[in-house]
Amino acid sequence: MADEVVLLDFWPSPFGIRLRIALAEKGIVHEYKEEDVWNKSPLLLQMNPVHKKIPVLIHNGKPVSESLIALQYIDEVWNHKAPLLPSDSYLRAQARFWADFVDKKIFEIGRQLWATKGEEQNAAIKEFLNCIGVLERELGDKPFFGGDTLGFVDVTLISHYRWFLVYEKFGNFSVEAEHPEFIAWVKRCMEKESVSKSLPEQEKVYDYAMLLRKKFGIE
Amino acid sequence: MSGESVKLLGYWASPFALRVKWALKLKEIEYQYVEEDLPNKSPLLLRYNPVHKRVPVLVHDGKPVAESLIILEYIDETWKHNPILPQDPYERAQARFWAGFIDEKCVPAIMSAFTNQGEEKEKAAKEARENLKTLESALGGKDFFGGETVGFVDIAAGWIGLWARNVEEIAEVNLIDAETMPLLNAWFGRVLEAPVLKECVPPRDKLLEHNRGFHKILTAASS
Repeated sequence: MADEVVLLDFWPSPFGIRLRIALAEKGIVHEYKEEDVWNKSPLLLQMNPVHKKIPVLIHNGKPVSESLIALQYIDEVWNHKAPLLPSDSYLRAQARFWADFVDKKIFEIGRQLWATKGEEQNAAIKEFLNCIGVLERELGDKPFFGGDTLGFVDVTLISHYRWFLVYEKFGNFSVEAEHPEFIAWVKRCMEKESVSKSLPEQEKVYDYAMLLRKKFGIE
Repeated sequence: MSGESVKLLGYWASPFALRVKWALKLKEIEYQYVEEDLPNKSPLLLRYNPVHKRVPVLVHDGKPVAESLIILEYIDETWKHNPILPQDPYERAQARFWAGFIDEKCVPAIMSAFTNQGEEKEKAAKEARENLKTLESALGGKDFFGGETVGFVDIAAGWIGLWARNVEEIAEVNLIDAETMPLLNAWFGRVLEAPVLKECVPPRDKLLEHNRGFHKILTAASS
């Protein structure tokens, strides 16, 4: 029986982007369904009744939600190609830790960054750059967090990149100036087709961010 | 595996440390317990968890693992007997989902009911009840979330049976409603009485007084 895989997603979402990358890395044939998060479909509400959020991976009719959980599911089911998590249990724990750090710390600080001004924004910028520094140190000499190839943390972190540029624009700062090694890592990720094809265009993300700022009255 | 060094940095009143104690006990893993004197964090803790600076931290042969749910997965993958997570990838995803739901939805709502007063408190308590009711749907008619025996979600959520009851008494709110969530209510009783788990639970009176002390500080600060 052929596998039926559907991804419910929203084009600028970092949480969706990472699943797109994973599916591409593993060569998994799937149907991409664009959701309008401001006007959620009955399918989305049925497949993720608890959180009502994208992304949702639907495998043979059964839904998996929460992006890091879906990433692990993809890795466990399609384990024949491009493993995302290492096989060593300690390294797996480290990968899960850093992916959690990315989503908890960086994502939250990023939100404060582009939605605030003045002192609050400056504090958020400082904290954001600090976190990038922590990640840079964790990367060390390795080409990727996963070693020689893209891993769990790489896929999780690079999926935020278009939004990092939004933060830079609104916060008027440069990640590259402070952390050139981090940007070198970004460039290595972008050389992968699975990544470059899965990230939306930067201009479109800027435009969407402007729309959100207007919508939430942030000026 | 003999000759291994397993150390747990914890705090007696931490529900997150309790999760790890439960997992270690269920797997019959011998370990050295190090009680942290919070808020005076030891140099050891700061060295082993420089990012978050909190308990629990599991140190296995000198290598630290932090974040309780991540520690549970590490324990399950390293010591494969008495499995905590199911084998099937879809069921594993479901178990991870509900454990995540507890930390992202149930915990903050209960904490909010504990730290707030008046309308804010009632609003938080209502949200907590709704979240707990949602959690109940994952239980179905099973004895435990893990099926016939304790599993990942039971270990992740069991502590709520103690802490939420304390919050109910101290903050005078209703969180675990026996009428609207009878299955979850029965499960709380069952999980806290389960053989191995029962032994690790902190002394109830001591915990209640500890929580009460916190409540005084938190509510004095906000009034």
